[in-house]
Amino acid sequence: MTDRIEKQILLRAPRARVWRALSDQVEFGAWFGVRFPPGTFKPGQKVSGNITHPGYEHLTMDIELLDVRPEHMLSYRWHPYAIDPNVDYSSEPKTLVTFTLEEAPEGTLLRIVETGFDQIPLHRRAEAIRMNDQGWSEQTKNIERHVTASR
Amino acid sequence: MSPRPANAALARSAPLFAALGDTTRLYVVSRLAGGGPMSIKDLTDGSEVTRQAVTKHLNVLAGAGLVRDFRQGRERVWELRTKQLQEAHRVLDLISTRWDRALERLRQMVEE
Repeated sequence: MTDRIEKQILLRAPRARVWRALSDQVEFGAWFGVRFPPGTFKPGQKVSGNITHPGYEHLTMDIELLDVRPEHMLSYRWHPYAIDPNVDYSSEPKTLVTFTLEEAPEGTLLRIVETGFDQIPLHRRAEAIRMNDQGWSEQTKNIERHVTASR
Repeated sequence: MSPRPANAALARSAPLFAALGDTTRLYVVSRLAGGGPMSIKDLTDGSEVTRQAVTKHLNVLAGAGLVRDFRQGRERVWELRTKQLQEAHRVLDLISTRWDRALERLRQMVEE
C-alpha cells in the first residue's frame, strides 16, 4: 500500500465546530500551517497562501477545492509538499485529500483520506520531505505556543 | 491508519497481482528474491523454461514495477525492486506522521 494515507480521529466537539475548522480558510490555515485569505472554501475554487512555518514563509501552497458539502465532506487537490522553489510542480499529478465528518456518540468522527501518491515521482517526494522535515517539527512547536497563548 | 480494507489500494495493486498470477513469473520472482541480481542465463539454468519465455515474463514483471535490469560487466542482470517499495513506504510514513501532527493541532482547536 503506497498509494494512500488514511486517518481517523474522534474529536470531542460538535460537527458544526469541526466543520468551521475545516471550511473557514483562516481556521484551516491555523491548524494546517498556511495563511489563507479570509473566507470559506467553495467548490471549484482555487485558494493559495503562504506557508507559515519558519524558513518557508516565502513559499505558497495552492489547493483546488472539489466537493464542499457542509458538515459532511470537503475535498481538494494539491501538490503534496511542493516546497522546492526551483522545481516546477505544475506538470506533476496532484494528490486528492478528502475529509469526511460523521456524528459520533461523544463528538465528531473525522476521516481523512489522501490518495494518488503512486503517480508522483518517488525521488521528488523523498527530496521534498527530507528538505522539509526539520522545519515542520519547529513549526509544530510554534503552533502549540500560539494555541496555548490564545486560550 | 483505518483498519478497514483499502479497496482503492487493492484495486491499484491489481496489475501487481496479475503480474504474479503466473507460475513461471512466480518462479522468476522467487529465484530473484533468493539469489540477488541474476542474468537470464542464471534464471533459465536448471529449469525447462526457455530464455525467450523468461525474457517475456521479466518484461511483464518490469511493467508492474517489480523488477528492473541493469548492466553488470558484460552481462545484463535482473533484480527485484524491494528498495523502491521500501522507500515508498518510508515516504508515506513521513507524510502520515505529518497528518498526525496537524490533526493534533486541529483537536486542540476544536476541543478548546
